[in-house]
Amino acid sequence: MARVKKLRTSNHRVVLNRSRGGDIAINTVLLILGLIMALPMYLMIINAFKPLNELFLYPPRFYITSPTFDNLKSLFTLLGTTWVPITRYIFNTVFISFAGTFGNLFLSSIGAYALSKMKFPGSRGMFKLIVYSLMFPTTVTLIVAFIIISKVGLMDTHWAIIIPAWGSSQGIFLMKQFMEANITDAVLESARLDGASELRIFWKIAMPMVKPAWLTLIVLSFQGLWRTGESMYIQSEQLKTFPCAVNQILAAGIIRSGASAAASFILMFVPIIVFVILQSKVIETMGSSGMKD
Amino acid sequence: MSNKVKADVDRRKMSKLAWTWYEMKRNWVGYVFVLPFLIIFLLFSIIPVIATLYLSLTQYNLIQAPKFIGFSNYIQLFLNDDLFMTGLKNTMIFAVATGPGSFILSFIVAWFINQLQPKRRALMTLIFYAPSISGNAYTIFAYIFDKDSKGFLNSWLLKLGLIDSPRLWFSDVRYIMPLCIAISLWMSLGTAFLSFIAGLQGIDQAQYEAGAVDGITNRWQELWYITLPNMKDHLMFGAVMSITGAFGYGDVVTTLAGNPPQEYVGYTLMHHFGEYASNRWEYGYASAIALVIFLLCFGSNILVNKLLKKVGQ
Repeated sequence: MARVKKLRTSNHRVVLNRSRGGDIAINTVLLILGLIMALPMYLMIINAFKPLNELFLYPPRFYITSPTFDNLKSLFTLLGTTWVPITRYIFNTVFISFAGTFGNLFLSSIGAYALSKMKFPGSRGMFKLIVYSLMFPTTVTLIVAFIIISKVGLMDTHWAIIIPAWGSSQGIFLMKQFMEANITDAVLESARLDGASELRIFWKIAMPMVKPAWLTLIVLSFQGLWRTGESMYIQSEQLKTFPCAVNQILAAGIIRSGASAAASFILMFVPIIVFVILQSKVIETMGSSGMKD
Repeated sequence: MSNKVKADVDRRKMSKLAWTWYEMKRNWVGYVFVLPFLIIFLLFSIIPVIATLYLSLTQYNLIQAPKFIGFSNYIQLFLNDDLFMTGLKNTMIFAVATGPGSFILSFIVAWFINQLQPKRRALMTLIFYAPSISGNAYTIFAYIFDKDSKGFLNSWLLKLGLIDSPRLWFSDVRYIMPLCIAISLWMSLGTAFLSFIAGLQGIDQAQYEAGAVDGITNRWQELWYITLPNMKDHLMFGAVMSITGAFGYGDVVTTLAGNPPQEYVGYTLMHHFGEYASNRWEYGYASAIALVIFLLCFGSNILVNKLLKKVGQ
């Protein structure tokens, strides 16, 4: 008599090819790896809220007995003593992040629309060049970018950081792939027959259809710009960014370890929150990130 | 698409050039749309590579015009510059360890995570992805691997009796490279990782059901016969992200072990480039170093892409 193998089910659905032992093994490995990944982040977070006497406890503890906001306070008092007010550093970082992100988003979207949906002579070549540029290490562009920035007179302005970010190729790559997979030509064709201009079609029809992609572009571009630290383009102290201010505190060493833990915490907290809010959109966009020929 | 060819233009009656010209005129809006991006992209991504190629054949200090000197910079680099050779060796070690390392780690973790329930999946994705977007969060390792006997790890190891004297960690030539590679891997589950997670979720469930009917009996066979062939495009994108990333971890060394690090262990071509570009103002020579990094990075990308294309063929 043939024995019928009992099928595993979960949520009333049959689970194929998943042994219970394998599930346990995978969960265990993930748990261990996850702990390794999370431990440094965890330490960073608790250090930001440890009172000074606990920070210097020996041996160091993995938990906080009396959490405090003193570190954050001392960070801001400390930064109040610099001749450039802390709000200025924060404003600089926020301004660079926003201007860079939205410029990149707009130029990438409209460019990706043309490359994916208008298919003119040369569009394939242009996209190929964009794909190749994903393979360029940043070092190779630094010297000439520096020369160009100084020649066009953007030295020591925020635009020296913002404008190059507009031409970053990762965004246009993801946007083009997503548009290719998610906008059907039929919709655009019917709009064209109705006499809508390309700009109108792009703005009113294409953009609403690729909302996950532009949210993703915002997340990725923002992450990159938010961490902009010491830049070879910026010399004036009042134009420097928040990470620069943080690094100055970090460099001051052990005496300020409470404040520096708080500063690092703020720096990492913002991009993580942005990602958490938009995580599902990012994953959706990445679904079409494959490199097709 | 048929209405593209209007009655008065018959493609068959036109020369190829005339057709292209017709298409260009018809799509002029398309050129206007890409132009703003293209100008900035060319200016800051493509022209720099070409110009660096030229500058690497010159002597240049930004003030006087570049003086053409042929391959002298390269001859100097490969024959007379011991530090360049150290940097080259370390860059290669870094790239070989973190490039494939991050690629494989990203895929395995993504594959594991994909087998969890949606809520846990989102949480685990965040945990593994967070280090790559946390700016300078890796500075926490300076605290963990403090060389003082009261440093985080040292004090615990001493207390547990695993070591009898504090380790110097980032000042000890034995530990610099392994630690920096491990930390680079820790923060390397970035865009490639997200791309893999998304790619795995995008595979049609019906394929797995069909596979089970056709005799696939466990998840490893599933991975080999269904998942990997379906993921090819994502794997190629992930490889590019991992490889290009692997040539950019110099900052980790600078922040944690110093520049130059103890006995130049962990000194990479990025540091060598920085030395000649920012400290010595020898931009021709620095360009030659940048071009070596470029060739290594671009070359390995092309090579790996060629290899991945063969997967499943």
